[in-house]
Amino acid sequence: MSTERMQPETVEFDVRTDEMLINMGPQHPSTHGVLRLVLRTDGEVVNEVTPHIGYLHRCAEKIGENLTPRQFLPYTDRLDYLAGISMNLGWALTVEKLLGHKVSEKTRHLRVIVAELSRIASHLVAAGCYGLDLGSFTPFMWTFREREKILDLYEDLCGARLTCSYITVGGVTADVPDGWLKKCEEFLTQFEPVIDDLHALLTNNAIFIQRTAGIGVMSKATALDYGCTGPVLRGSGVDWDLRRDGEPIYTEMYDGYTWRVIAAPEGKYPDDHPYPPVPPETILGDSWHRYFVRMLEVVQSMDLVRQGIEKYSMAAGDVDEPIPLKKKLPKGEAYLETEAPKGQMGFGIVSDGSPVPWRVRVKSSSFCNLSVTPELCQGVLVADIPAIIGSLDLVLGEIDR
Amino acid sequence: MAEFLAQYVPSWLAYTAVGLVQAALCLVVALASAAVFIWLERKVSARIQDRLGPTRVGGRFGWLQPPADGIKLLCKEDIIPAAADAPLYRIAPYISFCAVFAVFLALPFASGWVALDLNAGAFFVLAVAGLEVFGVILGGYASGSKWSLYGAMRAAAQVISYEIPLALCVVVPVLITGSMNLVEIGDSQKGWFTSWYLFHDPFTFVTFWVYVTCVTASTNRAPFDLPEAESELVAGFLTEYSGWRWVVFFMAEYAAMFVVSGFGAVLFLGGWNGPIPLASLLGLTPENHAILGWLGNLLGMANFITKAVLGVVFMIWLRWTLPRLRIDQVMTTCLKYCVPIASAMLAGVMIWTYLFPKGVIDGVRHSAPVVQQASAQPQSGDHR
Repeated sequence: MSTERMQPETVEFDVRTDEMLINMGPQHPSTHGVLRLVLRTDGEVVNEVTPHIGYLHRCAEKIGENLTPRQFLPYTDRLDYLAGISMNLGWALTVEKLLGHKVSEKTRHLRVIVAELSRIASHLVAAGCYGLDLGSFTPFMWTFREREKILDLYEDLCGARLTCSYITVGGVTADVPDGWLKKCEEFLTQFEPVIDDLHALLTNNAIFIQRTAGIGVMSKATALDYGCTGPVLRGSGVDWDLRRDGEPIYTEMYDGYTWRVIAAPEGKYPDDHPYPPVPPETILGDSWHRYFVRMLEVVQSMDLVRQGIEKYSMAAGDVDEPIPLKKKLPKGEAYLETEAPKGQMGFGIVSDGSPVPWRVRVKSSSFCNLSVTPELCQGVLVADIPAIIGSLDLVLGEIDR
Repeated sequence: MAEFLAQYVPSWLAYTAVGLVQAALCLVVALASAAVFIWLERKVSARIQDRLGPTRVGGRFGWLQPPADGIKLLCKEDIIPAAADAPLYRIAPYISFCAVFAVFLALPFASGWVALDLNAGAFFVLAVAGLEVFGVILGGYASGSKWSLYGAMRAAAQVISYEIPLALCVVVPVLITGSMNLVEIGDSQKGWFTSWYLFHDPFTFVTFWVYVTCVTASTNRAPFDLPEAESELVAGFLTEYSGWRWVVFFMAEYAAMFVVSGFGAVLFLGGWNGPIPLASLLGLTPENHAILGWLGNLLGMANFITKAVLGVVFMIWLRWTLPRLRIDQVMTTCLKYCVPIASAMLAGVMIWTYLFPKGVIDGVRHSAPVVQQASAQPQSGDHR
């Protein structure tokens, strides 16, 4: 099917048709914010896609060069605003790397709990919006309902729902309130069966499989060439996750946790999940796999949160206080990539010895993941564009930082 | 009615007056059904999605929400894009609505209760309902927007393709009845629910589901809502429409849902004949008394409307459950599945009716003793 559609002339036969340039976005329901795609179309067939970015540029890096690291922290929330805490974590660890600071056991486990919760929230948005991109409204409401509960947990934790700024440089803003861990466990217990509903509504749905299987197939080599990361990379079968393969300062956060990277290098996922088998129509690296990897990661993150709660309760001592607001930074530079829900989020910091960094650099995963769209969207139909863009799970806040 | 009036006034005036009254009645039904279904869609979708839906306007259930929305939209600025072909852009919604409304004229609500008792009613409904797409194509073209044009071209390809299997499905009940008159088609399914054409033979049962697929596609409802696919085409042919004209398109869509459900009820689900022949069991037949017959018809109308509403609820349920198909998949569904299946079913029904002229269940139907005893007058038996 897809090979037939690669050639517009097989669709049009001998009819001469004109090409049409069409703007998809920046105000379009399925470009996830303010992405603008210029499509060169021939009827329903899209011959070329050119992404244009910059509609959400807020000079985040420049702001970082005028504030101390702790003051810059709330701005990192606005990068990937669907997983603010993961952004906080990336920035905090980068500065801690520069400072040579090491957090306590209790802080480490607390960070795992909230970071994995933010991964669940982000992947829920991705799955729900993906349903919406394919014309199914209900999964969107169901996933947002569950995400709301995570946001409620965040609200109890730090007062903010979306842009928490909870993990800060040196520690966290405050220890968990009484009974929060119990609420967290209750959420996980009630959330577990909901995942089955989502699989029934999307993953198993014949139309969903038809719309996503074999669409936007990205080979391992393409994914690596374009620097794709996160579920997009693992959806192509590359066994790579910074939580396992990253720098020590990041991977030691997950020391003692039992988990494994969700990827199918041989085209076969580990069978230890109770969810539907991979449909035979799908090809490794297509939109369906990118979606499925996220759904499996949700389950895995739930397990990590459970382990984190247990370890946090066992750990002695207190959680760490953040560093002083205007602490002088040592001269030098540090760069660290962490495994954010959407991919590898890199923060770089160069210091000249003053409390304010001399240079701040943000390397976003969505940017690299977006860069592959012109390659993926050649010769597809107009309706496949949302199916491909949605499966990449872009967030424009971190592309236009 | 018209004949009665014609005794007192010139006959042209009598027919015009009666025609206007009937048209007004149908218009009220069309508008009311659209309003009710818009409300129903919001409530049902809300329940599916764990929401409440409208709760404030008009008391607990928000039943006044559609009129409130209508008034709000009426008060909106009338926008015609600079690139639009203004006259066509203005007229397009009304073409859609008029086409749907015209179908109401031929839709029987109970035995004999039809504004236009056409002897080719089934044909009329198919022909006029197909006109709805002209408004969509015209609106999409005249909007002067590329997204609208996409929606229009999709509507043209999709709706016109689905007319073919749809017509093949409609031919099946016509073939069994031996008449295109919708009142006759409905009346021929009198009795218990086993005499509905849905249960006439295995072929009609399959035909009904092909019909459901085809009308979902031809009314542009999910999973076939490609002409207005909001995640691909912004809003398709509706992109540039706002205010009152948008309302008219919207009402046309919801009225069309009622029309196809009602049409399907008449063709396959016994029309105004309930699952249990309550009217004849209670003796509510015109043979007993004119008023009793009228009451029986009222019961029949309730049956018909219930079936049509259930059909609409089914379409709403589908919409809020399924993702959307892609254009090539929509065309594949039509040309590779619906058309061959519908043709095969038509051939099957032909053979079946030849082998069992009264149908297999027909024998059971006529031996059903309850029906026989309950009806005061001896049944004529053969209603073909």
